[in-house]
Amino acid sequence: MVHNNVGVIITLLVIAGGLVWLLVRSFRGKEIDRRVIFLFIMVSVAAPLLATITFKFTATPIVEALYDKIEALPEGSTVLLSFDFDPAMAPEVQPMANVVTRHCLEKNIKIVFMCLWATGQGQLEITLDQVLRRDFAHKIDGVDYVNMGYKAGNEGVLNVIVTDFEKMFPTDVNTTPYGDIEILQGVNSCKDMDLIVSFGGGRPGIKEWILFVGDPTGVPSAGGVAAVVAPQLYPYYPRQLMGLLGGIKGAAEYESHFRERHPNHADMDTPAIIMMGPQTIAHIVIIAFIIIGNVLFFMNRRRGARS
Amino acid sequence: MKNLKWFVLAAVCILFAVSWFAKASGGDGVDNSVLDAFLVTLAAFLTLAIMSFLYQDNPYYKFAEHLFVGVSAAYWMCLGFWSTVVGNLFPRISEGLSNFFLVPYQPGPLNFFFAIPIILGILLLMRLSPKGGWLSRWPLAFIVGTTAGLNFVRYLRSDFVKQISSTFVPLVVDWQGFGHFFSNISLTAGGPLVMMLTNLVIFIGVFCGIVYFFFSKEHTGVFGKASRVGIWILMITFGASFGYTVMGRISLLVGRLTFLFTDWLGIIG
Repeated sequence: MVHNNVGVIITLLVIAGGLVWLLVRSFRGKEIDRRVIFLFIMVSVAAPLLATITFKFTATPIVEALYDKIEALPEGSTVLLSFDFDPAMAPEVQPMANVVTRHCLEKNIKIVFMCLWATGQGQLEITLDQVLRRDFAHKIDGVDYVNMGYKAGNEGVLNVIVTDFEKMFPTDVNTTPYGDIEILQGVNSCKDMDLIVSFGGGRPGIKEWILFVGDPTGVPSAGGVAAVVAPQLYPYYPRQLMGLLGGIKGAAEYESHFRERHPNHADMDTPAIIMMGPQTIAHIVIIAFIIIGNVLFFMNRRRGARS
Repeated sequence: MKNLKWFVLAAVCILFAVSWFAKASGGDGVDNSVLDAFLVTLAAFLTLAIMSFLYQDNPYYKFAEHLFVGVSAAYWMCLGFWSTVVGNLFPRISEGLSNFFLVPYQPGPLNFFFAIPIILGILLLMRLSPKGGWLSRWPLAFIVGTTAGLNFVRYLRSDFVKQISSTFVPLVVDWQGFGHFFSNISLTAGGPLVMMLTNLVIFIGVFCGIVYFFFSKEHTGVFGKASRVGIWILMITFGASFGYTVMGRISLLVGRLTFLFTDWLGIIG
């Protein structure tokens, strides 16, 4: 469902006009510089952003599974959220991290934050600023949530925390000793978590969480990943991965689903939903390019056969 | 041509200064400190410098690329030092070092095993030495060996055994007779019809995919047809991966344009 009809019409007219011009130019046998194609993609992304074209989304089962899992967790459960991404992945993954964090906080679930990527710590701070400190300022550090920060070691870190969390994280990010952190009383290892969600798109990421923690312990694992790696993770669903947000579309579905069911968050930021407008238009343009390219290819082949 | 380069450089510098001044003076309706204005302007110009590669390779792109690589490497190293060496190692080996770095000391008997990572860490840095570079191969061998050992067991369990077990799916789901099936037919994702079709696709996909990679028999007749289906399954899988990759790359572009329009130019809210 499109929410800004005028914006859509203007955008589509501009892009369609350009595509017709390209098609005519191609029919005349003139070469198209690759930079013209870049310009088209730029326009097809920028125009919907400026015109704020948004769509409504319905959550697919793989996204809904994670939502339902968090929804079903009793108050006071402990969820581990791992920020395993960098600024390059942030446009896709940050919205997922924000909305899942918001959902957990809304349900009064205790959150243990950590990172397997050094850059994840900065991204985690963004989520804390945009969600926790802005809309859940009453939540107390060490009681309702804790930030354990980053540890180097990739799979090595997971291999340790699967049996002993304190061994790898003797303090939180503010150097508060493990034993003094209220939320971690009774948490000895990842086995004591009710759910693990990794946000990422590289290595280490959700795959390593499944291999080193999810499968050996049986703790439900879910993820929010950049689109590039999402197809590699679908085979793990549903037995080894209970839910997955794949790319910005997965994030938009979760945002839409959450906002619909939690009206008190109707005015929350929805970056993923906003980003899906440019995504849709850009995909239409790419599909148009593929069709134009194929039509010209077959036309040229027929001309070649005749001559 | 040489003059043109200097002219472009001067234009970029002037534009940078104008942008910085406009941001700092609240020209976009937002009160920014001088430092914030500088950082936003710098990020915007670096974004444009990277994008300029789409036109053609140029020194501005190279500068931004090298800066990115350098900053990333330094950032990872600093954070690795402070979180792991200061956060995990010093509190376990020295009270003096713990107090110096303001991390809580963990008293206990001195464990000589902690000497191993210290030595391996120092050997890794020998890479920077022109004569002792070969010493860095020892810790690298340790890292590769440990990772391979850890991954071997995990991959065997999760990617091999569990994936095989996940392929054994029932082709008939929730079957209570034809009458019940046709009277309750639905296209919902969790419904029996969709589940049966999904499981059938998994079965045929896996079987035909394996047939395609079986080279001990000539791909002719029924075997050849199954192999052909296997190719189609693979192509559809690659197509899906490519589609997701396109979506990911477009998202990155949207992210940068959102930054330019929102934080830098302030033309969208």
